[in-house]
Amino acid sequence: MEKNKRITNCKVVIIGGSAGSLQALLQILPFIEKPVSFAVVIVVHRKNSDEQTLEDLIALKSQIIVKEVEDKVKLETGFIYIAPSNYHLLFEKNETLSLDTSEKINYSRPSIDVSFESAAEIYGEHLVGILLSGSNSDGTVGLRAIQTAGGISVVQNPLSAEMPFMPNNAILHTAPDFVLSTEEILEFIKGINQEPAAD
Amino acid sequence: MIEDIELETLINDVYEYYGFDFGSYSRASLKRRVSRVFTLDGFKHFHEFLSKVRTDPEYCKRMIDEITVNVTEMFRDPSFYLTLRKEILPLLGTKPFIRIWHAGCSTGEEVYSMAIMLKEEGLLHKSLLYATDINASVLETAKSGIFPLRMIKDYADNYRDAGGQEDFSDYYIANYGYAKFNENLSEKMVFSQHNLVSDTSFNEFDLILCRNVLIYFDNNLQKRVVNLFDDSLAVLGFLALGTKETIKYSISQTKYKPFAKEKIWRKIKE
Repeated sequence: MEKNKRITNCKVVIIGGSAGSLQALLQILPFIEKPVSFAVVIVVHRKNSDEQTLEDLIALKSQIIVKEVEDKVKLETGFIYIAPSNYHLLFEKNETLSLDTSEKINYSRPSIDVSFESAAEIYGEHLVGILLSGSNSDGTVGLRAIQTAGGISVVQNPLSAEMPFMPNNAILHTAPDFVLSTEEILEFIKGINQEPAAD
Repeated sequence: MIEDIELETLINDVYEYYGFDFGSYSRASLKRRVSRVFTLDGFKHFHEFLSKVRTDPEYCKRMIDEITVNVTEMFRDPSFYLTLRKEILPLLGTKPFIRIWHAGCSTGEEVYSMAIMLKEEGLLHKSLLYATDINASVLETAKSGIFPLRMIKDYADNYRDAGGQEDFSDYYIANYGYAKFNENLSEKMVFSQHNLVSDTSFNEFDLILCRNVLIYFDNNLQKRVVNLFDDSLAVLGFLALGTKETIKYSISQTKYKPFAKEKIWRKIKE
C-alpha cells in the first residue's frame, strides 16, 4: 500500500459495489460537503426492476445534487451520477456519459469493470476508483485498468465490509493504492476535494 | 483493448469497402464491441484483423453482426408495456388500420410482445407490424419466432407485470430448449433490412418503437434518425424510445408532446 501516493486535479471519483455497498455509501456520501471539485459516479449492482429508488435515496441523504443519467448527459463537476439499472455506463471523450445494453459482464449490468475501464481510458491519472462491499468478482479488472492508466485505486477494508468477497478479490489480484474503512474513505475523499466547503 | 487510431482505420475501411458507415456511432461502446470480436476471433495483431475485414466480405458481415448490440427481451420494462396497453392501444384502436414500426428490432422479442398485446386487445387483425434491423442474421431469428426457453420465465413475469392476464405458455410451444411462438402472432409481421444511418422513410406509421438503439449513436446521427421518424409518423402518432433516451436534443419541442411518464412522445403537428 503506497500511503504517499497523491492525486492532483481529480476530475472523477467512481465508486463500485454490490451486496452491502449501499450501507457503505450511506456512511460516506451524506458527509461529503459541497461544493466538490470532481464528479462522483456510482455503479452498483441493482435489481432490474429498480427504476428510481436508489437515486431517490441517495438524493435524499446527500448534500451533493444527484443528476439524472440519461443517454449522452454531460458529466459535470460537483454532481453525483448513478448508473441506471439494466444498462452499462460508459464515458465518452467529450465528457458525456453513454449507455449500452450489451451482454452482462460478471453476471452484471451495470458492470463495475465496464465503467471503471471506460473511465480509466478517458480520465487516466485524474481518476479515483473506489471498490466497496460485494459478493462477486466484478470490479477487480476495472481497478487494475484505473491503476494502469495512472489513477488511484481504493478498496474498502474487507473487515469493514458487509460482504468482503469483492474487496478481498481486488486485494488478492491487484495491489490497491489504499485499503480503507468507510470512515477513512470519507476522509480520503474530503482530502482530494480542492473546493473550499461552503459555510 | 484496440487503440483509437485502429478503430478509426477500421471505420474508414468498412465504409470504403462495403458502404456501412459507423462514423457516427458512439465511440466508447463501439470500441468495446470491436475489441470483443477481435479477441473472440483469436486475432493477435490489428493489421491481420483489418486485412481479414477488407478481403473477406463474409467475415466483414460477421464482424458487423457481432459489433451491433443484439440484446433484447420480451416486455422489457413492463411499466412501458402497461402504458402502451392501457393508454396508447385504446387510441390506436379507434383507427380502421394500425401501422407500427419496430426500428432496430434485433431478434424480434419486442415485436412478439407487441403482437401478443394487440391480440389480447382485439386489434391484431387490423394491424401491420414492420420490423427492421441493419443486421440480416437477427432478422432470420425474428422471422422464426424461436427464442431460448431459459429466458421464458423472466418473460412470463414481465408479461404479467405489463398487465397480461392470459396463460403466457399458450403463446408458444416448448421443444429442445427453445420456445416457438405461435404463427398467428407473426402473420401480421413484415421483416426487412433497413439501415437507420443511410436509408430513408418507407411508409407512414401510427406508432414507431425504437428502444435502446439511439444510445449507440452520436448526437448528429440521433438528429438524423429522429427526423427520419418524424417523416414517417402520422400526426397524432406516437414515438417510443428506451427508458434513458430522449428526443430533446434532436427535434423541436413544439412538435412533440411527452405522453405519460414513460419515454413516449406524441406528434402534435406536421
